[in-house]
Amino acid sequence: MSAPGIGAGRRRDGDGGARGDGGGSPGALHRIGDGLANVTVREPGRFFALCLDTGRAMFQWPFQWREFVQQAWFIVSVTVVPTMLVAIPFGGVLSLQVGGLIRQLGAQSYTGATAVVAIVREASPLVTSLLVAGAAGSAMCADIGSRKIREEIDAMEVLGINPLHRLVVPRMLACAFVALFLNGLVSVVGLVGGYFFNVMLQDGTPGAYLASFNAIAQLPDLVQAEVKAFVFGITAGLVAAYKGLNAKGGPKGVGDAVNQTVVITFMLLFVENFLISTLYFQLVPSKGM
Amino acid sequence: MGVEIRVEGLTKSFGRQTIWRDVSLTLPAGEISVLLGPSGTGKSVFLKSLVGLLKPDRGHIWIGDRDLPRLRESKLYETRKLFGVLFQDGALFGSMNLYDNIAFPLREHTRKSESEVRRIVLGKMEMVGLLGAEKKLPGEISGGMKKRAGLARALVLDPEILLVDEPDSGLDPVRTAYLNQLIVDLNAQIDATFLIVTHDINTARTVPDNIGLLFRRELVMFGPREMLLSSEEPVVRQFLNARRVGPIGMSEEKDVSELEAEAKMGHDPGKLPPIPPQLMASDGRIRPAQHVPGAWCAAHGVTPPPGSFIDDMGRDWVEEWPRYVASMAPAAAGTTGGPGHVPGGPPPGGPAAGAGR
Ligand SMILES: Nc1ncnc2c1ncn2[C@@H]1O[C@H](COP(=O)(O)OP(=O)(O)OP(=O)(O)O)[C@@H](O)[C@H]1O
Ligand SMILES: [Mg+2]
Repeated sequence: MSAPGIGAGRRRDGDGGARGDGGGSPGALHRIGDGLANVTVREPGRFFALCLDTGRAMFQWPFQWREFVQQAWFIVSVTVVPTMLVAIPFGGVLSLQVGGLIRQLGAQSYTGATAVVAIVREASPLVTSLLVAGAAGSAMCADIGSRKIREEIDAMEVLGINPLHRLVVPRMLACAFVALFLNGLVSVVGLVGGYFFNVMLQDGTPGAYLASFNAIAQLPDLVQAEVKAFVFGITAGLVAAYKGLNAKGGPKGVGDAVNQTVVITFMLLFVENFLISTLYFQLVPSKGM
Repeated sequence: MGVEIRVEGLTKSFGRQTIWRDVSLTLPAGEISVLLGPSGTGKSVFLKSLVGLLKPDRGHIWIGDRDLPRLRESKLYETRKLFGVLFQDGALFGSMNLYDNIAFPLREHTRKSESEVRRIVLGKMEMVGLLGAEKKLPGEISGGMKKRAGLARALVLDPEILLVDEPDSGLDPVRTAYLNQLIVDLNAQIDATFLIVTHDINTARTVPDNIGLLFRRELVMFGPREMLLSSEEPVVRQFLNARRVGPIGMSEEKDVSELEAEAKMGHDPGKLPPIPPQLMASDGRIRPAQHVPGAWCAAHGVTPPPGSFIDDMGRDWVEEWPRYVASMAPAAAGTTGGPGHVPGGPPPGGPAAGAGR
């Protein structure tokens, strides 16, 4: 007679009447306000707190070398091939575009120089950042996020181990370390690609390419690119860790976290790239010709 | 020796959803307590608050003279070493095999040699019946095995406080009976303070010294097993007897009209079932924290339901107890023998045999 199913159905009616505040505009406003506060204050605040805690955990002894090496190797394995495959056409396209433009302006002999500016200063940190965020960051976030929802992170804390020290620090540093190398790799591959395109397809002369290269390229170009890559790696690692550690709601939550990691990391990296480039132009004078 | 945990006025909410408020209870040192409550009432949240994984909005958790929610991080990690925790899903490290999982706390926190680690780990694995599965990865074993492996890992550092989230969900009845026995035996051995969250009524009725019940965002009652099992409070009574009649409905609580309809139809909550004897350690030993059968009822003038404390062999444990104590501790009591003394260990098939499933 009084089957629980029927009772449950009836209960919902009574419940709705009793609460009676559903769908009012104050509620909706409240929610919008809440969301706004979340995006502008709470989330950045918590992210910053995580950055500080991670910074502190970085100097905790002993450093997790094993985890670092494993993670670095893992990141290398997922990024090197895609990086090369992106870098070759990227260098080629830049050479073609810039080369074409420069020929119209009648300054053929400077194609090598423009290639170096374009590739070493800007393109290679960007390509690196795309791959670090897209391949390494997403994999890291998925890894940490699934540990979070399986309660492994909680278990670790209960066992008296700081997951920031154990998991996040080695991953973040591995990310930065690999980004440095990737950046070098992209520069080299991009320049070689550009050279081939210029010399083979655009009838440039090898001598002119190398000479102009020498005229404009300077060591700080490479240094700033490496600084960028390092900062990008750290950022990607921190965002991935933050999103992963805050994943909730089962496997779907991990999926969402990965998605947000990639989007947020991209945005942050482009902003950082802009800032560092601007600073660079302020601080380092261009080489005179 | 276990540690007492004193919880005072604990309140926790997520956003605007209050999980429970004003929870106050004391887990006596060395005793086994069980926390019950319908699904989703925040039992797991309570356990996580007890180890400081979740920060309560208000209230205190006293462990000795340390107030857990207000500890500095380094102190918190320090205090957590007192705890062994089994999470609801085992929470094994997915990248390590079972052996490494269980050895993990030993390798992190002790300087034991690898052979010593091996001895301890294999000992714990045998205890939970997992010998032979050392090389398996957590992804390759059943839910029940994960639970048992998680328990072994929680035990490996000989914790002072053991928190267990639903040890029996996903276990078959036989394994559940073994696990209940294991819990009691463990308590007799390591004398830690236990808190077990369970949905298994048989476990709740026979294993613990104390029972607590969370319902409607509050701790309805917490106290000695006999107090709750003889309670007439409708929620407690409905839950401990797994009935449909009572204030708990399919979705947390019933509304007034439903309760009235129930009353009109003359649904009688019925007589209380007898209180079963408590599960004893399998070697017949009396746990240091064990309550004397019937003592609470006698002290509070409560007549236990007829048939209480009688085991499968028809022995009444209220009468049997003094004789049993005398037989178990001849050295401590100073007198060997006396009327009714059974020489040479526990009486055949002590109450353990009757109280298990
Ligand atoms: N991290 C969290 N953030 C927000 N809400 C949460 C969180 N953890 C738990 N909750 C909510 O708290 C409530 C209680 O959850 P909890 O897991 O403690 O229930 P439970 O009593 O253990 O249930 P069960 O018996 O099914 O395991 C649920 O409504 C859940 O949605
Ligand atoms: Mg739970």
